[in-house]
Amino acid sequence: MEEIRDVVLDYVIKEYMEDQDDEITYDTALISGGYVDSFSMVSLKRFLETKYKISLPDDKATPEAFDSVNNIVKLVEEFLNK
Amino acid sequence: MAYSDKVRSTYQEQLKSLQDGGIFKIERYIHSVQDAEIEVEFPPGSPLKKVINICANNYLGLSSHPDVVAAAHEGLNARGYGMSSVRFICGTQDIHKELERKITEFLGTEDTILFPSCMDANAGVFEAILNEQDVMISDRLVHASLIDGIRLCKAMTDSFKHSDMAHLEEKLQLHSDKRNKLVITDGVYSMDGDTAKLDEMVALCEKYDAMLLVDDSHASGFIGKTGRGTHEKCGVVGKIDIITTTFGKGLGGASGGCVSGRKELVELCRQKARPYLFSNTIAPPVVAGVIKVLDILSKTTERRDKLENNANWWRKSLQEAGFVLQPGDTPIVPVMLFNAKLSQDFARDLFEEGVYAIGFFFPVVPQGKARIRTQISAAHEMHHLEKALEAFIKVGKKYDILGKTKNEITAMYGA
Repeated sequence: MEEIRDVVLDYVIKEYMEDQDDEITYDTALISGGYVDSFSMVSLKRFLETKYKISLPDDKATPEAFDSVNNIVKLVEEFLNK
Repeated sequence: MAYSDKVRSTYQEQLKSLQDGGIFKIERYIHSVQDAEIEVEFPPGSPLKKVINICANNYLGLSSHPDVVAAAHEGLNARGYGMSSVRFICGTQDIHKELERKITEFLGTEDTILFPSCMDANAGVFEAILNEQDVMISDRLVHASLIDGIRLCKAMTDSFKHSDMAHLEEKLQLHSDKRNKLVITDGVYSMDGDTAKLDEMVALCEKYDAMLLVDDSHASGFIGKTGRGTHEKCGVVGKIDIITTTFGKGLGGASGGCVSGRKELVELCRQKARPYLFSNTIAPPVVAGVIKVLDILSKTTERRDKLENNANWWRKSLQEAGFVLQPGDTPIVPVMLFNAKLSQDFARDLFEEGVYAIGFFFPVVPQGKARIRTQISAAHEMHHLEKALEAFIKVGKKYDILGKTKNEITAMYGA
C-alpha cells in the first residue's frame, strides 16, 4: 500500500510542518516527537475518514495509533479491509 | 505519616530533573512597588539593586499610579477587604456590577462577567458555551490558559497554523457540519508581540457562520487609537463575539479578568462557568482600582500615546543598534538570540548593568528561538530607555552579535 503511505506523508507535511528544514519519514514520531499537537489530531482523523470512506472509532484513534505515518497506514488498512 | 521517604524522593527527583534540564525557575524578590525602576534582591540575601524594569506587563504604568492606589484605598474603606463568598451567594456588590458595565462600554460589547483572573475566564468559558456537537479551532500559538480551557471542554478540537488565514479557512470548511464553530486567537501574542489579523478572521467567521473568541490580555487599554484593544486596531469593534482579558496587565496590574461579549454567552458563563461559580468574588479594593483605571483611560489617551511613542523609539533604536528583532508594532519587543544559554548569559549581564529582563527559551518558545522579551511601559521616561539601550549595546558588543544575522549568531553560539 505504497500509495496510502505517500498520501498520508504528504498530508502530514502540508498540515503540520512549520519549519521547512525539518524532514520527516514514515517512522518519525509525530505526536510524541512534538510535530502534531493533540488538538489537531482530529483533522488528520477526519481527512482519513473522508479520503478512504472509513469510520475510525475514537477508541482506535489514539495518540499511539497516530504517532507515525506507518502506524496510521496500519490503522487505515485495518478499516479498509472491514 | 503518609509522606514517606519513598514518596518524598519521587518529588525530589522531579525537582532535580528540572534543575538538571536548566528549566528550574528562580524568583527575584522585589522590595519596591512595580514601576519603571524597582529594587531587587537577587540572588536571595544579596544587597538591594536598583534596576530598570523592562519585563513587566505594566504597559500603562498604572500598577502604582497614585490615583489608582487612592481609589483602591477608598474601595477598601467603603466596601471592605473581602466578601467571603462567591458571586452568586452573597459576593456581588454594586461596584462589581458597575465594573462589568464599564468594561462592556469600554470594549464595545453587549455584556461582561468578571472572573478571579483571565486564566479562570479562559478555563471556564469554553465548557460553559460549547458541547460535543461543536468545534473549537484555535491558532497554534494561543496562550497556555486557552489551551487548558479548550482541554476542559467536550467540543471537538482543531488548530490552524499561526496567523495562517488560508489554513483557518480550510478548517472552517472541514468542520462545516458542526453545530457551532468557535475560532480562538490571542489579540496580541505575548512571546512574539505580533497582532492577530482580526479583520480577516471576522470576515472568515461571517462567511462560515463561526464565532470568534479573542484573548486581548496583552492589548486591553493600549492597542488601538483609544486603547480599546486589538479589535479597535483592526476596525472590528462590535464584531468579536467573545473577548477575554485581564486586569493584571495594562488595566492596573492587580488581578482579575473577564469574559465580555454576546449577552447570551455571558449569561451562560454566569450560570455554568465553574471558575466563576466556585471561586471567590474579586476583592473590593481591586474592583475599585480597575474602575478608576477605566475612568482614567476613558478620559484621555495620553498614557497609551506615550506607550506607543516609547515602544516605537525602543524598537527603532534596537534595530539601528544591530539587534535581530521579532517584527511587530506592539510594546512587546523580542530581541532574538536564538541560543538558550546565550539568552541566559545576556539577561544576567544586563542585570549587572542595571537592566532587569528575562531570557526565554524552549519550551516557553520554540527550540532555537531563544530571546530576551522586552516590554515597554508608559512609566518609562526617555532616560530609562536610553540607559537600557546603552546596556543592551554594551552586552551586545561583549557577545559580538550587533549587526549579525540569525545564521551568523547561530553559527557562533548554536541554535
